[in-house]
Amino acid sequence: MEAFGLLMHGFAVLMTWKIISLMVVGLVLGIFVGVLPGLGGPNGVAILLPLTFTMDPTSAIVMLSCIYWGALFGGAITSILFNIPGEAWSVATTFDGYPMAQQGKAAEALTAAFTSSFIGSLVAVMLITFLAPMISSFALKFGPPEFFAVYLLTFCSFVGLGREAKHKTVISMALGLLIAGIGMDTVSGNLRMTFGSDNLLRGINFLVAVIGLFGISEILLTMEERLALRGHAAKISLRTVLKVWMDLPKYWVTLLRSSVIGCWLGITPGGAIAASFMGYNLAKRFSKDPESFGKGRIEGVFAPETAAHASGTAALLPMLALGIPGSGTAAILLGGLMVWGLNPGPLLFVEHKDFVWGLIASMYLGNVVGLVIVLTTVPVFASILRVPFAAVAPMIVVSCAIGAYAIQNAMFDIWLMLGFGVVGYVFKKIGIPLAPFTLALVLGSRAEDAFRLAMIGSGGSVGVFWSNGLVGTITTLAITLLFWPLIDRAFTAVARIWRPTPVTT
Amino acid sequence: MSNTDLEIIVEDPTAPEDDSPSVVSTRTVEIIASLVLLALAIVLGFDNWRTGIAWDSTGPQPGYFPFYLSVILGGASLYGLITTFFARSGSSDTFVTRAQLRRVALVFVPTALFCLATQFLGIYVASFVLIAGFMRMVGKIALWKSLLTAFVFTAIMFVTFDVAFDVIMPKGPIESALGR
Repeated sequence: MEAFGLLMHGFAVLMTWKIISLMVVGLVLGIFVGVLPGLGGPNGVAILLPLTFTMDPTSAIVMLSCIYWGALFGGAITSILFNIPGEAWSVATTFDGYPMAQQGKAAEALTAAFTSSFIGSLVAVMLITFLAPMISSFALKFGPPEFFAVYLLTFCSFVGLGREAKHKTVISMALGLLIAGIGMDTVSGNLRMTFGSDNLLRGINFLVAVIGLFGISEILLTMEERLALRGHAAKISLRTVLKVWMDLPKYWVTLLRSSVIGCWLGITPGGAIAASFMGYNLAKRFSKDPESFGKGRIEGVFAPETAAHASGTAALLPMLALGIPGSGTAAILLGGLMVWGLNPGPLLFVEHKDFVWGLIASMYLGNVVGLVIVLTTVPVFASILRVPFAAVAPMIVVSCAIGAYAIQNAMFDIWLMLGFGVVGYVFKKIGIPLAPFTLALVLGSRAEDAFRLAMIGSGGSVGVFWSNGLVGTITTLAITLLFWPLIDRAFTAVARIWRPTPVTT
Repeated sequence: MSNTDLEIIVEDPTAPEDDSPSVVSTRTVEIIASLVLLALAIVLGFDNWRTGIAWDSTGPQPGYFPFYLSVILGGASLYGLITTFFARSGSSDTFVTRAQLRRVALVFVPTALFCLATQFLGIYVASFVLIAGFMRMVGKIALWKSLLTAFVFTAIMFVTFDVAFDVIMPKGPIESALGR
């Protein structure tokens, strides 16, 4: 129960007025970001990151992670009231949430969504509390080959398990890794791929790329669509909340199932989007009355929301324990850690106890405070959508530019952001996924360092990645995942030869 | 219990028409993107080859890792190029219609001008002009509302970043005339 004592210590770190108020500010900003179309979790965190540069790491991570929780909560508001998923992971919430709002049960649907989000996160945070210290103490024994193998596993699982065309995922990832390599080489001090440009000497900061790729491109995409909306206003009364909560025990199977799915998909880089759909589909399949799904069934709100939040939270587990983010937003938080001078990875649990346990405690506290805020302030946030997009769009552009500039105080970065905005727009429209790009950009130099150190250690033999049981298993697993679609196809083909379809006589 | 009679309705008068003609197909854009990525892979690959992709006494030379990445990028782009080129059907979807392109340009051009203005006028003046101009010209919002919103937003940004958090932003002649 060492974790429990440390967690209590974490709570003690948080209990200052400054941190509590930063938490509330972060949550409100996050809900705002989640509700507004054209902004999302990753953008919100990326744009607001510069605000935290002058804070101490604990306050900074508390505020940023609260923005993230807020964005997760906020996505549900627009899905239910307007049938517009503010985030991709709230698409499944619209299936039953919007019909409920149409039937006049908007308040129940919202309460259900917020409560199940809360439960999902809570399960995932508990998992983090007990699992993360164990994984990180195990990972302390890792050397460069092991780390490279883990990075390889992350990259390969994106290619092998992603739903996009394989070559597009590979393009996205290779491009991200290449861009991460621009500038001064950390091992030899040589310049790489700068083509004599002074501006490229510093390298391309990944936050600038993220702000362009997600923020600017999202504005361009949003403008393409018809922005008219029509929805319901809702107010949540205490009676509704209590009524929904009284019914909760009836749905414990759904809640538990979705939490497990979410935690699992959050740790593996699959993400909240897949989790929310899977949670919904499984709830539907196991239901006694699957026909009623899609027509305003409260379980149809519980299932995807629990899964999405569990997965969004669980994505922070590999980030904390191994320094490998499980989602785009986690990748940005990881970038934040580096800006504040912390070295992500297993050593974090040893060297920065206050920070890590403060963060974990803030996940508990942030979710409780978040639940209270959303339940009480829904009408205010729903009315944000009345603000015309023509006013919101330029403000987002300005915020993006300020964010991009503040990272390195360079005008060049504002132009880079604009360039990445165009790249993001084109990539999204031709189906090149952006998540592998972000991940490659943030992990690129560390993956390369691990690779080179491993190779130097072995004198240039690739055999080092199979030199002991642990690293060998991870590397083999990575390569299996990379070729998973081929292996799967081969198995099916072999099975067909062995068991030929019975010939009818 | 919940008041569904309270509806929120937002109209979009300048929405793109649904029947607008296509400007370019997804297939064409995919081919162009593949070609650009392929060219990029060749340029970066060449640069890394020049830096050194061999092994010396201290291990792999700096160009080693990125060189092979450029090879992977080039290979994947080439694969994409060939498959798109020979794909007969399915990929002739519209990439963007004329009306959509107009709307995208409506945001993109002001954003690019804003970046240019930031370089010369500083970020605060540029952001005031962008917000007020965009709301007035694109959103057709009343002039006083546009000016007021732009002023309030820019002022909040200034106070938050420059005063409260000490994050220095690019400034122009107007700020220096005011002594900041």
